[in-house]
Amino acid sequence: MTQNFRIENGGLINKDKKLSFKFNGKSYFGYEGDTLASALLANGVHLVGRSFKYHRPRGFFGAGVDEPYAVVQLYRNGETEPNIKATEQELFEGLEAKSVNCWPSVNFDIGAINNFLRIFLPAGFYYKTFMWPKSFWYRVYEPFIRKAAGLGVASTKHDKERYEHKYEYCDLLIAGSGPSGLASAYAAAKNGAKVILAEDKPRFGGTLLTSDVNIGNQSGKDWSEGIISELKEMPNVIVKNRSQIFGYYDHNMLVMSEKVSDHLPKTKKYHPNKRLWYIRAKEVLISSGSIERPIVFGNNDTPGVMLSSAAKEYLKVYGVLVGKKPLVFTNNDSGYETAIEFKKNGIDPVILDSRKNPSSEIIDEAKNLGINIKLSYVVVAAQGYKKVKSADVASISEDKKKLGKIENIKCDCICVSGFWTPTIHLASQSGNKTKFKEEIDAFVPGQSKQNETTLGAANGIFSLEETLKTSMEAGSELSKKITKTDNKISIPNIVEKKSSQHDKFWCVPLPKGKNYKRFLDFQNDVAVSDIEIALREGYRSIEHVKRYTTLGMATDQGKTSNLNGLQLVSEIENKVVPSVGHTTFRPPYTPVSIGAIVGREVGKHSKPTRKSPMHSWHEKNNAIFVDAGVWLRPRYYKIGNENLFEASKREAKNVRTNVGVCDVTTLGKIDVKGPDAAELLNRVYTNAWLKLPVGKARYGVMLREDGIVMDDGTTTRISENHYHMTTTTAQAANVLSHLEYYLQLVWPELNVNVVSTTEQWAGAAIAGPKSRNVLQKLFPNLDVSNEGLPFMGYAEGDLFGVKARIFRISFSGELAYEINVESDNGNFMWEKIIEVGEEFRIQPYGTEALSTLRIEMGHVAGSELDGRTIPYDNGLEGLVSKKKDFIGKRSLQKKAFVTEDRQRVVGVVPLDKKTSIPEGSHLVKDANAPLPNPKLGHISASCWSVEYDNPFSLAILKDGKNMIGEKLYVMSPLKNKVIPVEIVSSHYVDPKGERVRS
Amino acid sequence: MLYINCPHCGMRSQNEFSYGGDASVIRPLLEKEVSDKEWDDFVYNRKSLRGKHLELWQHIFGCRQWIKVERDTATHEIFRTFKADEEFAK
Ligand SMILES: [Zn+2]
Repeated sequence: MTQNFRIENGGLINKDKKLSFKFNGKSYFGYEGDTLASALLANGVHLVGRSFKYHRPRGFFGAGVDEPYAVVQLYRNGETEPNIKATEQELFEGLEAKSVNCWPSVNFDIGAINNFLRIFLPAGFYYKTFMWPKSFWYRVYEPFIRKAAGLGVASTKHDKERYEHKYEYCDLLIAGSGPSGLASAYAAAKNGAKVILAEDKPRFGGTLLTSDVNIGNQSGKDWSEGIISELKEMPNVIVKNRSQIFGYYDHNMLVMSEKVSDHLPKTKKYHPNKRLWYIRAKEVLISSGSIERPIVFGNNDTPGVMLSSAAKEYLKVYGVLVGKKPLVFTNNDSGYETAIEFKKNGIDPVILDSRKNPSSEIIDEAKNLGINIKLSYVVVAAQGYKKVKSADVASISEDKKKLGKIENIKCDCICVSGFWTPTIHLASQSGNKTKFKEEIDAFVPGQSKQNETTLGAANGIFSLEETLKTSMEAGSELSKKITKTDNKISIPNIVEKKSSQHDKFWCVPLPKGKNYKRFLDFQNDVAVSDIEIALREGYRSIEHVKRYTTLGMATDQGKTSNLNGLQLVSEIENKVVPSVGHTTFRPPYTPVSIGAIVGREVGKHSKPTRKSPMHSWHEKNNAIFVDAGVWLRPRYYKIGNENLFEASKREAKNVRTNVGVCDVTTLGKIDVKGPDAAELLNRVYTNAWLKLPVGKARYGVMLREDGIVMDDGTTTRISENHYHMTTTTAQAANVLSHLEYYLQLVWPELNVNVVSTTEQWAGAAIAGPKSRNVLQKLFPNLDVSNEGLPFMGYAEGDLFGVKARIFRISFSGELAYEINVESDNGNFMWEKIIEVGEEFRIQPYGTEALSTLRIEMGHVAGSELDGRTIPYDNGLEGLVSKKKDFIGKRSLQKKAFVTEDRQRVVGVVPLDKKTSIPEGSHLVKDANAPLPNPKLGHISASCWSVEYDNPFSLAILKDGKNMIGEKLYVMSPLKNKVIPVEIVSSHYVDPKGERVRS
Repeated sequence: MLYINCPHCGMRSQNEFSYGGDASVIRPLLEKEVSDKEWDDFVYNRKSLRGKHLELWQHIFGCRQWIKVERDTATHEIFRTFKADEEFAK
């Protein structure tokens, strides 16, 4: 099999290594070093997709990141990825790709009917048309747009690939390895600066790979290879290809996406697919080059119409002819360079130059080669549907308004050059105030906001000599300031052909009686006529025109369309381009895979998992776990075929009748130490703390300054100046920050130190009427009697050789103790408890039973302390000291907090004693009242009371204090339930609290 | 992502810090009579200004110190950073 469009000699590909691949189901081959685009072109394939709106046939327009058309769906190693540019995708053995935006096939596309209906699809079409009738939106319009639009299909499978994040710091980050990037990197590296040089393509060198220049008696390509291999050897330099810097963020942080494996048939073991680099640079050098601008003419989206620089790159890098009868349409000398390359390979191009009488060394060379040059000539329209077959051309008047007689020239491709647009995206993202440079009809970076410098073509400098000189100087100067080293390097001798002034011409007028579509934005199908409509309809701001017409809003972000769009607006509006201004450039410069952004934080790695030291015991004993913040806690321990309800009921019942043990390691623990520790507690908690004796615990509530309850827990005085504070699992981190805030900023005079000890202690709560028996077995030498260790008492003991802290505190409302040992001994403690507790029928219980126990006792927790309630609402006003001041006290005087009918926690029981009450339901007086039915309160927590064997809930109810005994309705529209209920005391079980003191 | 100079640890990325709001707010003294207006100003009312702003950050994944940062809320430029107990000249 031969490739009709591959030249015999030339190109940088490896012809010794053939690679086979499939496109739209058909097999082809290419070579190592090809892109999918170059390999298809070598096989004469120009039709790769359909356009977004009109489904017109589309081919290749560029050869890199600027490509607006050739977006394909890629299949690799059993995975699929949408939105891949064929011009960037390197070929590998077995690659498979398909066209997007076409159904059923690229050759016969039903959506192409839009092309014939295009008169109905002008700018703002979607806004105007798909409005009425409203009901049509979901049923008809949206599905239609969804099916017709889009650039491929995202995989619904779990992504097997791995993505990494990397953080790096450097002196100079250099974006782009063309002449300016290489020169500045080399100069900076020689001064010992830490340099990162990033190149988005697989090959380094940028335009040096394709331009006919000589640097220090070497070709541009050889010179760049020499510099790169020298840089790679230097320990202070990181050189990265396939790496796109796509975002410039605050404080000189840039983000780069490195394609580690995309060019391989499958990712190597232990390698990521992509690596995202977060780079903090002292100085940023932007050497991102420039992108060739199209000239706008009729049917300029026909496959075979492409940028002249792309045609040159396909020829010089890949050895591929994009056509054998090329027509070059140019307004500057770049088109001539492409034509010369064709001619050197035995192809006869025709050059149409819009200029009248240009003269330069390059033009002379073209003339000497005998190339057919037609001056003051333009392409009026491309002819051919799926591929250019010919071009209608005409002479043009000097004012560029009148066309001469239309002639038809046979050709198989049209290579267009409308001069060059500096790639200023990164500079603009950094906050640089760009400015319009008249000589090149384009914006260039102006005043820097961050430490960024733009070099070479990206800065509007198109001469190689000036680029190398200024870039070396910049690299040298900036690095010198950082490293204080000045190793001068000499600027090599440069030979380049001088070029002449380009023509400020960008759009060919329509000939009389013709209505050719002239596209500005090739990816979003925005034509000249769309912009005209937008302006006619009153849109003025370029930002509005952009959004109304979608100009520059596609995935290519208008890389080839922005400036021509601005030219058009300025022409119609009779303004100069700088006053129209360009739209804002935002990251990312080019699409970035979501996987790369997410990195390793996928699935269970999306947050840390904290496990208690007893976790493996729980696992072995059939615990079903639940997420509690980042902790995994046993929700219940399954026996046989029990479900959650059955198991938690059994566990809770066992606590009420015998004894249970619960892992409470997750509770936040804070060591509070220092001579002023009591004073700090006294200011932080609402109740009094100055007189708590050593060896005693106390329950406390802390508020935010706005009076809302922040957290609750018990704090124990371990010794004279040492307190052990506990917090809820959820608030542990916030409480520590809160204490640090007051100690460091508000009351620095307090001599107190706080530190988290959550990780250091494992905790087990032993609860139930037989808990004392278990405790006695664990600590035979300890006086565990009600007198020896009373409620809220504290003791230290020896648990079979392990030091332990014993707190007589209770969350379940039963006689209970909490034992803490050092984390490493947690599992030992747990097993001992189970062992000695066996004769008392001890059973472990999970969070579900724990909830049941606390709810029926009326102990408030997170669902009542929900960031909206004050102490009174929770029935905790008894803990609010009237004598001393504390954080948030002043707020409790606020009018809303002292109203007579203030909300308050109450108990709720269904009248039928059977129907479970959904949490979050509302309480209303009249179930049949017209909507909106006034809400009196909500159900905060529900359980099945094991004490009374019926449902019981807690609620926060308006005027709760005076509502006890009232009959109300619980309404849950979500569960479609209306339940008649009675309001009771929240302390449903043991209201006097006798059990905990027993 | 901001780059914040912790006066205790040096230059660190923003993701090591948590934001703590306006640093110019002064808590009324304990046990002192405070008018409603004064208290509301302390608890709720903030200028939310555009431009130079003295604010608190806590270096939670570092030294855990609360620090003061003088930052431009529009440009994100950071002018100076201070320790919690350090006085600063306007
Ligand atoms: Zn720090």
